[in-house]
Amino acid sequence: MPPSEHELRLRERLSRLKSLPLLGGAKLSGELERLQRQLERIAAEPTDEEIWRSVQLARHEQRPYTLDYAERLLDDWFELHGDRGLADDGAMVIGLGKLGGRTVTLVGQQKGRDIQERTRRQFGMPYPEGYRKAIRAFELAERLRTPVVSLVDTPGAYPGVAAEQHGQGGAIARSQAAMARLTVPTVACVIGEGGSGGAVAIALADRVLMQENAIYSVISPEGCAAILWRDAGQAQKAAAAFKPDARHCLELGVIDGIVPEPEGGAHTDHDEAARLLGESLREALDELDGVPGEELRRRRRARFRSLGVYA
Amino acid sequence: MAKIDVSIETNDLPAPPPKHPNTCPSCHSHYRDDELERSLWVCGHCGHHFAMRARDRIACLADPGSFVEEAADLHSEDPLGFFDLRPYTERLAEAEMSTGLADAIVIGQATLDGRQTELAVMDFAFMGGSMGSVVGEKLSRACDSAAERGVPLIAVTSSGGARMQEGILSLMQLPKTVCAVEDLHDAGQAMIVVMTHPTTAGVLASFASLGDVLLAEPGALIAFTGPRVVQQTTREKLPDDFGLAEQNLRFGHLDAIVPRPELRPTLSRLLRLLDAPQ
Repeated sequence: MPPSEHELRLRERLSRLKSLPLLGGAKLSGELERLQRQLERIAAEPTDEEIWRSVQLARHEQRPYTLDYAERLLDDWFELHGDRGLADDGAMVIGLGKLGGRTVTLVGQQKGRDIQERTRRQFGMPYPEGYRKAIRAFELAERLRTPVVSLVDTPGAYPGVAAEQHGQGGAIARSQAAMARLTVPTVACVIGEGGSGGAVAIALADRVLMQENAIYSVISPEGCAAILWRDAGQAQKAAAAFKPDARHCLELGVIDGIVPEPEGGAHTDHDEAARLLGESLREALDELDGVPGEELRRRRRARFRSLGVYA
Repeated sequence: MAKIDVSIETNDLPAPPPKHPNTCPSCHSHYRDDELERSLWVCGHCGHHFAMRARDRIACLADPGSFVEEAADLHSEDPLGFFDLRPYTERLAEAEMSTGLADAIVIGQATLDGRQTELAVMDFAFMGGSMGSVVGEKLSRACDSAAERGVPLIAVTSSGGARMQEGILSLMQLPKTVCAVEDLHDAGQAMIVVMTHPTTAGVLASFASLGDVLLAEPGALIAFTGPRVVQQTTREKLPDDFGLAEQNLRFGHLDAIVPRPELRPTLSRLLRLLDAPQ
């Protein structure tokens, strides 16, 4: 992408300042530094093409899913099933395992690899039963005093008649509320698509991370384009406008860190992607070690309550 | 991935708007402004509940002269420099001009039949009642104000969901308001939610569903995903009352459907039961 007009203007000013004979001393060097920082920021800002590449990689068919990570990261991984009410939602996976020696409760959305599995798991879109299954896991973690690791990967909560009848909105709200009440350490990582309410339902955590090429957004690019441009084909434009990529989320304070992926994306090397994710998760849990439960909860709520921009 | 998730959006209403705002969309009766105001914006012929502006709602719930507005001067900013067909800042200015409100919610202290309460009332006329940073912040402050004064919070919702123009920050208003309600609950105070047409997507999936008592107005659409999007994505056949308050009551998601003329006496009874201070 060619440099923007703004960038060109800055570069021109910078070179002009640099070529001046030394006269202003400190004042001038301050100005130089400021311009240099602005330029670095522009260079670090993902371009529209890079944002779109993230959208594509986040949805890549070979991208590792929650179970791929569970098998690689957790010793003695034991999957639990069912919401103890009505169903076992395949789009939501819960279970226990050991991460670097400590038992953790894992909660994560799960897509499918082949068409049968995709159908069985509703393409990673949970029903209210899935969120009740997650709540069950959060309550289990609280009783067992294990940290919670949640892996977010959903295009959104399932948009269907039965899902509405079973209380989709309420289930998502109560799943967040259950996380807001926890007094054990919690780490969430968006590992693919973090699609709107269905994603944030399991992401109200002490530390929120995103993989380099994951996306986290209030609506899918296609949905946004359909509503605001009245044309789902404008998805790329929409993505550029609402910036769902990890770097923008970090800049807005929505996430605390970016988890690196193997060169070319997580799908190129599942083992390496898992190793990098495991490192970040352990680091985040180490940071939370020793903080009293009440304090964890107070800080977690304060963190989320501080999000927003207004005057 | 061909599926489109449009679960949070702002213009997901079942019926096209009527030709004139004072014409009943279900029976086509027409009313003068003063007639509608006297009937609390309920159609005298068929019982249809017209949309009600936040100020009018407050006037008919709060004891006369008791409402003290809070955080009235909070304004939205444009964190993303968002531009769709028009800049977000232009949409905000236009909404402020046409509604006389700073954003899609009004909060403040009030008494209702002498009992103290905190009111948080949304206004659909301001960008579809969409929840951005200001709505999230004001709802949170209403929770704090209720907790500090030891009074229940009454929230009247009317919203199409999160405000897309604020991107991921609008999604963050879901966990933000959930945390605020949890703080209110920890302080031992209750929240009564009155869901009016429409209460959908992000607002339903956050603070609105966490009320201790959930009421709704007749015929209100209360759904995470609206009927049009469900139909488009799943091609399922929709039941006639899909997503309406009546269906939600049947499936156990609401405590009661309260017609507008009975709302004030109902809230008064609940405040008595909750021992709201006088």
